[in-house]
Amino acid sequence: MGALHSLPDEPQYVDLAEKTGFSFEQIGILHKRFKQLSNNEETLRREDFNTIPDLLCNPIRSQIIEAFFDRRNFRQSEGEGAGAGAVREIGFGEFLVVMSHFRPPSVRLNDEQREVIRMEKLRFLFNMHDTDNDGTITLEEYRHVVEELLSRSGALGKETAKGIADAAMLEVASISMGHMEPDEFYEGITFEHFHKLLKEFEIESRMNIHFMNMDTTTLCK
Amino acid sequence: MNEKVFLHSLFSGYISLCSNTLTHMFVQAYTTCSTETLSSLSSLSLSISSHIMSLLGASQDTQGPTNVTHKKAFPVLIFNYAHVRTPFEISLWILLALLMKLGFHLIPRVSRVVPESCLLIVVGLLVGGFIKAIGEKAPALDDTLFFLYLLPPIILDAGYFLPIRPFTENVGTILVFAVVGTLWNAFFTGGVMYGVCQLEGGQLAGVDLLSCLLFGAIVSAVDPVAVLAVFEEIHINELLHILVFGESLLNDAVTVVLYHLFKEFSAVGTVTVVDGVLAVVCFFVVSLGGLMVGAIYGVLGAFTSRFTSHTRVIEPLFVFLYSYMAYLSAEVFHLSGIMSLIACGVTMRPYVEANVSHKSYTTIKYFLKMWSSVSETLIFIFLGVSTVAGPHAWNWTFVVVTVILCLVSRVMGVIGLTYIINKFRIVKLTKKDQFIVAYGGLRGAIAYSLGFLLPNHQMKTLFLTAIITVVFFTVFVQGMTIRPLVELLAVKKKKETRRSINEEIHTQFLDHLLTGIEGVCGHYGHHHWKDKLNRFNKTYVKRWLIAGDRSMEPQLISFYNKMEMRQAMLMVESGSSARLPGLISMQNIQPKVESRGRTLPKISKGREEEIRRILRANLQQTKQRLRSYSRHDLMGDPFEDMNENLSEMRFRKQRVEMERRMSHYLTVPANRQETPLVRRVRFESDGQDYTSKERSDIRACNIGPTSSFSDAISVLDESPPLRPNQMSQGGARRRAEHGTQATADDAEETGEPQTQLRRVSDPAVPEMMIKMTKDVKPVTTIKQNGADFTIEVKTPMRTNVNSFSLGKETEITAMDGRKFKCTVREENGKLVFETDKFTSVREIQGEDMVETVTAGSACLIRKSKRV
Repeated sequence: MGALHSLPDEPQYVDLAEKTGFSFEQIGILHKRFKQLSNNEETLRREDFNTIPDLLCNPIRSQIIEAFFDRRNFRQSEGEGAGAGAVREIGFGEFLVVMSHFRPPSVRLNDEQREVIRMEKLRFLFNMHDTDNDGTITLEEYRHVVEELLSRSGALGKETAKGIADAAMLEVASISMGHMEPDEFYEGITFEHFHKLLKEFEIESRMNIHFMNMDTTTLCK
Repeated sequence: MNEKVFLHSLFSGYISLCSNTLTHMFVQAYTTCSTETLSSLSSLSLSISSHIMSLLGASQDTQGPTNVTHKKAFPVLIFNYAHVRTPFEISLWILLALLMKLGFHLIPRVSRVVPESCLLIVVGLLVGGFIKAIGEKAPALDDTLFFLYLLPPIILDAGYFLPIRPFTENVGTILVFAVVGTLWNAFFTGGVMYGVCQLEGGQLAGVDLLSCLLFGAIVSAVDPVAVLAVFEEIHINELLHILVFGESLLNDAVTVVLYHLFKEFSAVGTVTVVDGVLAVVCFFVVSLGGLMVGAIYGVLGAFTSRFTSHTRVIEPLFVFLYSYMAYLSAEVFHLSGIMSLIACGVTMRPYVEANVSHKSYTTIKYFLKMWSSVSETLIFIFLGVSTVAGPHAWNWTFVVVTVILCLVSRVMGVIGLTYIINKFRIVKLTKKDQFIVAYGGLRGAIAYSLGFLLPNHQMKTLFLTAIITVVFFTVFVQGMTIRPLVELLAVKKKKETRRSINEEIHTQFLDHLLTGIEGVCGHYGHHHWKDKLNRFNKTYVKRWLIAGDRSMEPQLISFYNKMEMRQAMLMVESGSSARLPGLISMQNIQPKVESRGRTLPKISKGREEEIRRILRANLQQTKQRLRSYSRHDLMGDPFEDMNENLSEMRFRKQRVEMERRMSHYLTVPANRQETPLVRRVRFESDGQDYTSKERSDIRACNIGPTSSFSDAISVLDESPPLRPNQMSQGGARRRAEHGTQATADDAEETGEPQTQLRRVSDPAVPEMMIKMTKDVKPVTTIKQNGADFTIEVKTPMRTNVNSFSLGKETEITAMDGRKFKCTVREENGKLVFETDKFTSVREIQGEDMVETVTAGSACLIRKSKRV
């Protein structure tokens, strides 16, 4: 493949591997995919995601794509690139960092580490919902999520989506607030509430995909 | 059967009764009773006519005409037990089993320590011992009985309610354990067993390798019945449960093939390479063939259920029959019946559930649970009984080595296989998990029945004794210690809470997200194929198998609908909305309830309940009148239907209400403070509006009783289409609702001064009452005779007459039939009705009768025109 010569060399991989926990093989495969998506450019744009056929029929396609360009998902607490907002294009490093949210946790973990991973994954989900980055998922945002989820089922879905989102929101309010005074107003789901809400969800064992050690990308487009 | 046996069985209690024919009870029909029995019967019977005799059996037919000659007196009491014997005994056995099961749960201390299966086996042992003590031949667990009648219900129950998601997510692991694990167990146990036999010599020297392997195959399979019985009691987490249980289901194919293979070979004595290859082919045929037969019947069942909407009563039966047919059809070809049943249940369920009514769904669920529970109980009791009954050949070496080998091979198999599997699993199996999987590998009745099926081989009794010992060891020792061990190791338990709507949303979201990420990564993983399958199912299969709109319903929506239904049911059951989890309790924490409470006087729970009862009763009457009996409809309890309707509508209403509030309180918090004031104004003015309207049409009241009620019902049906409207025009709708609510109270009071002021916090009720009371305009006639008054209220529904005297406390009957105490005074030409709940003042102003009703802080003014 002609793209091979432009692969970053090993030292660069070491950095990435440390940061994301991927193995060299996995990074290699993902890099190849990155090149394939970006047409051998250094950076990936939103339009490039449109070329993925499998994504076309995904109801939450736009959120998925957006997640790749969301600065909050780049795990940079300080320095340039930190903070919020969306970027226009991402490099391979960012691509890999976003991907690493879906990396299965290793077996030997103490509870603390498990909790850290859990938080990271939850934060990723939370960020996907919290589109305006104000730290809460408002009713409007939540409705949007449900609407997108049901967007493939036509009018029937639209109609019910609001009802479902509202019911879900009320549930959150009752779980997280317990009791509210009459004139109190529940503004939206904060991350703490979100965490509490999905306490039973075992996200650390569910939000994972299998990253190949072998190169199978040639089999697919 | 001879006379002695029969007499014996008559007088020595029902246990011995049962024992006699039990082995053949399902096979042998009572008509096959021998002539001997019948003649012995005739000697016993008090006075038995030749007529009856000839009816008793075919063998007597020839004697029939000759017997007529010696005439006897007409038989007053006839004894003919043989006639009912088989069904009677079956019933007795089942009754015994169920009473035992019932008994255990009355002693909580025992059932907490000892699993039910152990207790049942003990009961079986005792019963068997008793039968033996009185000199009867105890019945053994017959293979026909077991495989054709007792096993299918349990497997169907397991298959139909198989948790699909964990099963598919772990199907790889399960298959490895079921296929490779079972093969390993069988060959390891068989091989080592052979070695031990050769070393030991003596009695065991005659055991050849193939017999040993056959024995290994029988004894190595994990038993679904035993696993279910124990695992359901320890509430282990979903993953471990499905691993062990799934393995026990899927290893059936391996066991069937190995069993037939070795049985065949041990008869012939030689094995060639071709046989080996054929065995492998056979394995695929047996397993895949079983799956296919099951899937075909499952699709047929789903397709049939599409058309049952007019004959709801027979709906559940289709599920049972198709599944049973699937099992039997698979057994015809010696395919894996268990896999066939599982496939049938799994295929059928999603479509059937969408097609059948809610009641049918409940029926299916209960019948499956009932049957499987009865079967399970019987299996364990029979296991105990046949242990006592069967011939035994106890050989210490053989038995002890078998038990040890079973444990060792299981542990080695699990550890070895997990090591390989963990390389591919995303969520690795921990040491604890491995331990539970290994330790939970219980053996059970399937192994026993297979052993029982063995040809009358010299080693059969030896094998059977060893199998029974292994079964007892696993069920008693492992079954009893697994619970403390689970607690000791702090293995994750199953979470008891039901899935919330948020979790469902996130499950769906995560599914799509992972599929999407796999797409971005560009490889086809688990999620990719699942997504493809779902889409195929949605676009093609559902259209064919599900009737109506529901075929297009996404999973999230159907989950939501189910949740609604459940909550509605819960609401009706508990009778009050306050204690409910979910939406209802949410209203309490949501601000608007409180603020509403300030404007409107609160209603006590008792009053709410009363109102609810009245409505229910009224609606019920109408419904009963409208309905005619049909054998093909579920008439049932009209109350039950009412509950469903009521709850459904009330729920819808509640949702509307909730949405209205939501849109207000969650999106426009700024307006909050003003609303109470606005409401207050509306409240009164709308009340006034209504009064004038009422005046104009008070005489135009010619609505039939049924029509008004059916209207009331139709309102509720219309409520969903109304919803978006209400959502969009938040403010307007709110206003309107308060208007109508006021009128509801209003209209009611017009017709019925004695009725309490009905104000309902439940939004569904007023809406209904509004409709009802709008349509029904009562005509009130007041007659005065000195201090005595008679008030007659006429509505199309009923006429209510009350008489009272001024100043005296009188009992007054309200429109709904309730009675309460009321004191009526006259003040300045006004009639004042006073009860502990409200005060009503009526005065005549010219042509109008003005009525002022005060209850708490609310005040209603209404005018009625003189007719």
